Amino acid sequence: MTETADKLIQGRTGPWEIVLGLEIHAQVASKAKLFSGAAVGFGAGPNEQVSLVDAAMPGMLPVINRFCVEQAVRAGLGLNAQINLKSRFDRKNYFYPDLPQGYQISQFKDPIVGEGEVEVERDDGSTFVVGVERLHLEQDAGKSLHDQDPNATYVDLNRAGTALMEIVSRPDMRCAEEAAAYVKKIRTILRYIGACDGDMEKGNLRADVNVSVRRPGAELGTRCEIKNVNSYRHIQQAIEYEARRQVEIIEDGGKIDQETRLFDSGKLETRSMRSKEEAHDYRYFPDPDLLPLILDADWVEQIKKSLPELPDAKKKRLQGQYGLSAYDAGVMIIESARADYFESAVAALKAAGGSDAKLVANYVTNELLQRLSADGHEIDASPIPAADIAGLVKLREDGVVSSKIAKEVFDHMWAGEGAPYQIVETHGLKQESDTGALEGIIAALIAANPAQADAVKEKPQAIGWFVGQVMKATGGKANPGSVNEILKAKLGI
Amino acid sequence: MSGLTDLTLKAALDGLASKAFSSEEITRAHIAAIEAARALNAYVLETPEKAIEMARASDARRASGDAGALDGAPLGIKDLFCTEGVRSTACSNIIGNFVPTYESSVTTRLWRAGAVMLGKLNMDEFAMGSSNESSAFGPVTNPWRAKGSNRPLTPGGSSGGSAAAVAADLCLGATATDTGGSIRQPAGFTGTVGIKPTYGRCSRWGIVAFASSLDQAGPIAKTVEDAAILLTSMAGHDVKDSTSLSVDVPDFASFVGKDVKGLRIGIPGEYRLDGLQPEIAALWDQGVAWLKDAGCEIVDISLPHTKYALPAYYIIAPAEASSNLARYDGMRFGRREEGTNLTETYENTRASGFGAEVKRRILIGTYVLSAGYYDAYYLKALKVRRRIAEDFTAAFHKVDAILTPTAPSAAFPIGEKSDDPVAMYLNDVFTVTTNLAGLPGLSLPAGQSSDGLPLGLQLIGRPLDEGTLFSLAGAMEKARGVMARPDRWW
Repeated sequence: MTETADKLIQGRTGPWEIVLGLEIHAQVASKAKLFSGAAVGFGAGPNEQVSLVDAAMPGMLPVINRFCVEQAVRAGLGLNAQINLKSRFDRKNYFYPDLPQGYQISQFKDPIVGEGEVEVERDDGSTFVVGVERLHLEQDAGKSLHDQDPNATYVDLNRAGTALMEIVSRPDMRCAEEAAAYVKKIRTILRYIGACDGDMEKGNLRADVNVSVRRPGAELGTRCEIKNVNSYRHIQQAIEYEARRQVEIIEDGGKIDQETRLFDSGKLETRSMRSKEEAHDYRYFPDPDLLPLILDADWVEQIKKSLPELPDAKKKRLQGQYGLSAYDAGVMIIESARADYFESAVAALKAAGGSDAKLVANYVTNELLQRLSADGHEIDASPIPAADIAGLVKLREDGVVSSKIAKEVFDHMWAGEGAPYQIVETHGLKQESDTGALEGIIAALIAANPAQADAVKEKPQAIGWFVGQVMKATGGKANPGSVNEILKAKLGI
Repeated sequence: MSGLTDLTLKAALDGLASKAFSSEEITRAHIAAIEAARALNAYVLETPEKAIEMARASDARRASGDAGALDGAPLGIKDLFCTEGVRSTACSNIIGNFVPTYESSVTTRLWRAGAVMLGKLNMDEFAMGSSNESSAFGPVTNPWRAKGSNRPLTPGGSSGGSAAAVAADLCLGATATDTGGSIRQPAGFTGTVGIKPTYGRCSRWGIVAFASSLDQAGPIAKTVEDAAILLTSMAGHDVKDSTSLSVDVPDFASFVGKDVKGLRIGIPGEYRLDGLQPEIAALWDQGVAWLKDAGCEIVDISLPHTKYALPAYYIIAPAEASSNLARYDGMRFGRREEGTNLTETYENTRASGFGAEVKRRILIGTYVLSAGYYDAYYLKALKVRRRIAEDFTAAFHKVDAILTPTAPSAAFPIGEKSDDPVAMYLNDVFTVTTNLAGLPGLSLPAGQSSDGLPLGLQLIGRPLDEGTLFSLAGAMEKARGVMARPDRWW
């Protein structure tokens, strides 16, 4: 219950529940467009990647790109969704200069992928399920450039005809964080499968967000669709603004108009793009230039067999095989490269005679990934090879360094100073395990602090104070295991 | 050498093969004939220099012994086909002076077979019409005139230029296209042979689209054999057209002259419309008699959904057209009429660029696809379409081919039906069914009306069974004997 209550937003007249559904547009990672064979690529000059078909010259006809179909099937399988062996392409008719044909070829009635579902992790490691209504293939439009000339709009058709997968969710999300987590999960799955590179900065993955509000448990409210939001942060900001806007209107006695809205990331607000009355009548009908798309069941089965290990399965395996927490495993699987890095570090550790995979995971998630993401990087940009993480953990397992010193060693590793054992040598960071020396220090400390000694005898958890003092006295080089042992013996706990 | 234009394609190819004359000679003869026949308005673009260049290249090939199936034969090309470097307009102002950088798949095949292009042929704008009157270049005049009259007649449409050019010996044969009868009805009106092959036989790539699920290219020719020769070169699988059929193309000419004894010919009762002109009915009976004499078995059949075909066609074809013609928006090529904003530019461009009939069909098509009407019109029409196809499937269990009239009348005067679209649409009543069902249909001249105008009969075949149609048409052509020719009044 508290979980649900957390997500509600408080209005003047009471709590409101946000209901969110997403349409994610993911560009198929294909070198060629969906129906024209023209090249797809980022950074080409305007209109350099346009074929006669893309420019809709008279008499040109679309021919489906088999590779794109395969990617849609792979994505569908990754979403645990029904693959429709028979699907169809429809025309969505509207006029715009960046839509040369005057229609977009899409799948309206019979999509290639039907119902599926995705398990999504919240930041706290708990999970929820989002239903996927469908995934369909469609063409992207070109790009209108309004800022090149005061009196004209320029059109770049490079993107026109590029293959997109539109993934439509059920209205199963209840707060901005859940929506962002869902997009993250879809992105992860698509990247695992290789169907989309998930590059949101280039617009290769973007979302339309449907937002409505209602009293908890009431019927669904009227929704507004926020178009083309292309970062996790913007998705959350757009939802938060839009939900508040809707609550205010309703609380002021107004009604929500079903409409399409745009998110202004500068002003952090949404504004109306077109109302329901202005909505296009797209006059969908089956594209007569294309035959129904019939898939061979064996072909789909082959694709299924060729899929890599998917995020959910990998998460379960990492938990089972290495004893990782749900949280650590969840962080590790966001990119398959992270899990690969982790697993190769563990393998190196095992080869060196070590075993503490959880400790490896700690360094990867808490140190390495945190530092990388602070710089906006992913694991592939790591300055530290996986084998060195293994080396560091081995030093800890062998008691050569304490956890505190290990952090220092890690700083040096991060700075590119090389393998951990060398760093320990160079900087003289080896841990003090000489029990004789430690016993002396500890005896002196107990003698000097009788009140603390009594307190620890009462409440053994307070031993930390003495550990800290020992560390201080040894410059952090004392082996915490030995320190604890000697302290316990001397304090009789 | 004016006699060279009188030749059939077959005779011309034989003459070229035996070196009785050169391609340049027969091409020049046609160029001269075209110049002399401008009153017909059959050609919207003459390409004599290109023709002579192609003819010389053909003569060189013949000299070196590697001539193709159509080598040296001068042909006319309907302006719906995109031809590389040669203006292609679909006879619409909105396409304007568009010069494609590409060649349609069908014409590519013809040039590969060695044919020579004389120019681009007039047609109804975007192939929408049954009289060639909707062309931006003005109507074509039928070479035929009613006995004792100088009143100009239409050659039918939309391939009116193709049919008139063949009938007037302005080419040895022509390409044409047929969405609801646009090859067969003009062939019927001009005493020529036209075949719309099975949907998917000829690639649609590079042909300006009217209604994609119905459009098919085919030839208009002087004889059944000529039509068979041309279709053999035009047809064939094309990976650039997803609806193109991956099947072998037989030598269609080999079917002409084949014995038709024992073939069962269906006569659909539903085509005997109320008010069918007596001379059309008599012509039909004559065709039945010829086939009976040739040893065919005549079988009465029923195609019960026939009466719904025309309404269904005039929903489906405009629906597809309304979408296919959206690309003519003044943005990338062709005509553009600036407005003060984008919507106005679209409106001005399309209002001034499209002719009245095309606008009518775009409006109809937009209407039947719009929310709230889709189910009642478009979806219903698709269901009718399926029923019509099922009617034919059932009939072809009992018969090998079907015989009907091509059109409900002979050629009519220019202007007679131009104010009455429904009367105009009724021209397609016998032909649209094969487009809806994707079947091959062939029209051949079978006789003349009381005032001397040609009349055609239509043979409809099973999918991909054009061969049987050529055999039957060949037998009927033989029984008919020599057809009269139009007087050269031009």
